[in-house]
Amino acid sequence: MTATTQPFALPRTFEPRPVVVIARKVIREASRDRWFWLNCAGFAVLAGAITLTAVPDHNLIGSGGFGRTAASLVALVQLVVPLMALTLGARYLSGERDSGTLVFLLCHPVSRTEVLVGTYIGLAGSMFASVATGFGAAGVFSALRSASADPVLLVRLAMLSWLLSLAMLGLGLVIGSIARNASTGLGMALFAWLAVVFLGDLGVMGTVVATHMPVEALFAAVIVNPVEAFRLASVVALDGSLDALGPVGTYAFDRFGDGMAYIALGVMAAWTAGAVAAAVFTFRIGDRI
Amino acid sequence: MIRVEHLTKAYRRNTVVDDLSFSVEGGESVALWGPNGAGKTTVIRCLLGLVGYTGRIEVGGLDARVHPKATRGLIGYVPQELGFYGDLTIAETLALSGDLRGLPRSRIGEVLGAVALEAEAGKRVCELSGGMRQRLGMAVALLPDPPVLLLDEPTSSLDVGSRRRMVSLLDSLRGPGRVLVITSHRVEEVGMLVDRVLALDSGRLAHECPPGELTGRLNLESWLHVVLPEAQTADALVHLWASGFDAHENGHGVLVGVATGDKLSALNCLSEGDFDIRDFEVWR
Repeated sequence: MTATTQPFALPRTFEPRPVVVIARKVIREASRDRWFWLNCAGFAVLAGAITLTAVPDHNLIGSGGFGRTAASLVALVQLVVPLMALTLGARYLSGERDSGTLVFLLCHPVSRTEVLVGTYIGLAGSMFASVATGFGAAGVFSALRSASADPVLLVRLAMLSWLLSLAMLGLGLVIGSIARNASTGLGMALFAWLAVVFLGDLGVMGTVVATHMPVEALFAAVIVNPVEAFRLASVVALDGSLDALGPVGTYAFDRFGDGMAYIALGVMAAWTAGAVAAAVFTFRIGDRI
Repeated sequence: MIRVEHLTKAYRRNTVVDDLSFSVEGGESVALWGPNGAGKTTVIRCLLGLVGYTGRIEVGGLDARVHPKATRGLIGYVPQELGFYGDLTIAETLALSGDLRGLPRSRIGEVLGAVALEAEAGKRVCELSGGMRQRLGMAVALLPDPPVLLLDEPTSSLDVGSRRRMVSLLDSLRGPGRVLVITSHRVEEVGMLVDRVLALDSGRLAHECPPGELTGRLNLESWLHVVLPEAQTADALVHLWASGFDAHENGHGVLVGVATGDKLSALNCLSEGDFDIRDFEVWR
């Protein structure tokens, strides 16, 4: 065997081919991973259970008899999807480091940015499958029960849930790129989940009580949290009144009207872009392999 | 082919590679030799651009810091600890590596033949023995037919038979146009495989010499375990001490400290004293 020594064109810093190869590898791995199937099954079971047990209520929120089910699904997504996405992102990257497969990837002619973006796209694909499974189960059970499910509404909610998962996945990858190992990454992801889902809410409530914060500031404090942005966008998607969310909802509806959905979507998109950019940055500057 | 100038790498306050400079010409085989912690693996990681560093590294005329992807395109690398995706088969692992490099699938059959893994192509990586994993690592490194091969302790985790086969494979890879850089702490292996040794000590270049001169330059010491009849052990110790050897009783014989290039002297000493040498082995 003789070595290849002929001249070659210098590769660009960022090329789509290795990104696609890595994304495909991540999706194939996810399809063989028991945690992925556990996530899908768990989400499907919870969504199905909510659909079967929710009582139709025309007065609660929009979209007729499906309103209560949809609202319950929103509450479920708020809790479960950030947990799934944060732990997936954090566990995946630090797990690659633990098993030595990160060195396997990085000793090829690929950049760290390509590895991270490919990983992100692959994990986003597997999150899409998890969310689709959950909402698919909700749709099937709802149709079996009362035939009142609104498929367009379900698709809207599923897409919003996926958008929320994209932001949380980016945050998970930031954690994965700085965590020393997979177990530390998992712990950090759980803390981030608590902060985003519970502590953020409690912090805002405490600040309101302590400082008598004006409603504009309260709205700003709420909307910067991607989970709250998802909730506001979902309520708008359900054709429900933002009054259901208290004074902040009333203010948002009065101030922004239908534009509220775009603001919420913009917040989630900004979180996604910011988190992925931060993940690329932390992954590139570190010596950890 | 490889030019390293004033390479320095520190992890916080711990300097692992300290102002190291060397070059390797095309077709040359070079060993980075040194004890654990000498900085051998870190040098390899710097060559691959896996970690940041100060100084300058050129591979094939390319600045590794400016063109890290292109540099890695010229290098085949076998790490000391092989990290593969356990649920992939050998063929799938090579396909993944080939796809990352944009190589045709036809290369897979060629390298599987070169490392004698054709029959195992469908086996999952998690089912492979240490020797097979090492050969898979070689196959991944050889897939692009690279002009530079970096091998980090390629035989450290192998049994005697696998080690012999690996050394034979590595020997067959030497040739014009290809650079082999091997890290090792085994003097005997270094002697068989390389043209030149760069001996590292605490991240600095301590010696640069042909492999045959390494033991003399470093005053390396080995331990010879000589098996003797139990009744002769005490007398043998006295005889060895009288001849200036550092010797101790050990199990069914004596343990004698000898210069690595002069192991026979201890055996000759015992033989001249009419001791019944039943067996011996070298401990390093």
